[in-house]
Amino acid sequence: MAKGSIPDQSPIYMDNAATTRCDPRVVEAMLPYFTEMYGNASSRNHSFGWQAEDGVDTAREQAASLIGANPKEIIWTSGATESNNLAIKGAARMYARGPEGTTGRGHIVTAVHEHKAVLDPCKRLQREGFDVTYLEPGADGLITAEMVSGALRDDTILVSIMWANNEIGTINEVPEIGKLCHDREIVFHTDATQWVGKMPTDVERDHIDLMSWSGHKMYGPKGVGALYVRRRRPRIRLEALVDGGGHERGMRSGTLNVTGIVGFGKACELCQAEMDAEGERLLKLRRKLEQTLMGRMDVVAINGHEEKRLPHLTNISFGFVEGESLMMGIKNIACSSGSACTSASLEPSYVLKSLGVGDDLAHSSLRLSLGRWSTEAEVDEAIESIAKAVEHLRTMSPLYDLHNEGIDISTIEWQAH
Amino acid sequence: MAYSDKVVDHYQNPRNVGSFGASKEVKERKDIGVGIVGAPECGDVMQLQIKVSDDGRIEDAKFKCFGCGSAIASSSLATEWIKGKSLDEAAGIRNTQIVEELSLPPVKIHCSVLAEDSIRTAIEDYRKKNGLVEEVKASAEATTG
Repeated sequence: MAKGSIPDQSPIYMDNAATTRCDPRVVEAMLPYFTEMYGNASSRNHSFGWQAEDGVDTAREQAASLIGANPKEIIWTSGATESNNLAIKGAARMYARGPEGTTGRGHIVTAVHEHKAVLDPCKRLQREGFDVTYLEPGADGLITAEMVSGALRDDTILVSIMWANNEIGTINEVPEIGKLCHDREIVFHTDATQWVGKMPTDVERDHIDLMSWSGHKMYGPKGVGALYVRRRRPRIRLEALVDGGGHERGMRSGTLNVTGIVGFGKACELCQAEMDAEGERLLKLRRKLEQTLMGRMDVVAINGHEEKRLPHLTNISFGFVEGESLMMGIKNIACSSGSACTSASLEPSYVLKSLGVGDDLAHSSLRLSLGRWSTEAEVDEAIESIAKAVEHLRTMSPLYDLHNEGIDISTIEWQAH
Repeated sequence: MAYSDKVVDHYQNPRNVGSFGASKEVKERKDIGVGIVGAPECGDVMQLQIKVSDDGRIEDAKFKCFGCGSAIASSSLATEWIKGKSLDEAAGIRNTQIVEELSLPPVKIHCSVLAEDSIRTAIEDYRKKNGLVEEVKASAEATTG
């Protein structure tokens, strides 16, 4: 933004990978469960309980249908973080076994650019005596079956690889990794938070044992998630994290969040019905966003794999401008940045760093994620304001000058302060 | 992060953005001192150029900045403040004055430090070019705190 004031109208929402607007049809489905059908789904003696249980059962069918599972394989949780914790810690502790003649408890394979809700449970398991391998992606961000295969050991008990990355949208080789794990009789978990509801999922075809996802990333309410737990070929068992009334087949005790679960189910149903058309529409918008920005300015880079990416998400770096000042220039767009300058030493996104994106480019990245209500007019406005902000900042950037003089800034000896 | 109105104003309407020519030419010119501080991987690089008149006053100043809004505002403000000052007066500007003027929060104090350093480094560079210092540091550029 060159001149003039920062607009004070409501910004354009392009942070759908962080959370989504709850679909009004979801809210409508939830409402009666607050004030009319407010029973405890575990109450077996009266109609209030039966109504609530019916609502939960319907949601279980809707969720199972979306992913090609049996309704009995759905475990309700508070969200994807809890689902990941239950899957990883629950499976590791249940299947713990060390290599012959050692005191180790078993080996787990994951990747460095997984979400913290996967990495932190793995770190905890390391403190409990498990061994963890963190795979490193190449520049395209992909984790392939070959990489996983190379890391497997005789004592590997669990593999956890996300379906699509939350920052760059890159799609890993999940069905192939699942097949590999099934052949080796290793439990396979995938954090599919950014994937389910957007892309076709079939836990049978794709060889999934455990799969986490969340309501609020697919136009449902916050505070409710699900964990798919395979029941046959093979039957997966988990050690519970929360003990109590034995809800959810003993894997997750606690009175069910009936309203949230009903909303989650409705959100699944809507996603299943609208996924194809929505994906196609958003892919067109994303391509317009990327291609127009890249056509208009130099040194603009898309992070992650060129093709194997979610249709609605893009992560773009703009060379020679700093991320926080870029965010300041696009106050009319609600999105995420690759770094936050809050101290003398910046910490750029660990996901971008794992791809080998230089610190300077990682600092200047934006994650823009489109959603059900994104319009072409919004994309056009976003293009305009991002381009203006980058151009404004480049007129001020000493690094852009050096670039234009043909000097490679990586060859200069900077003295950090 | 909420920015003060003054930071937003400098961000939107930066004062004295620019340089006195390509970096190689500027290096040769004796009437210009250049200070470049910071590093791209730290998220801020400031470049300050001062044009000094024969009577030792800063008659013009230009800045370029790769950095957050507070860094841009700090360097923009620095150019405003040093114009018309003698070298000694300009060297006396402290980062705390910049913090106060722009109402920078504690996490942004380093931006003001960088601006102070860029002034000092530019002055040192000018003096070095003109033989006005007895002992010249090996690397006057990018000497920072």
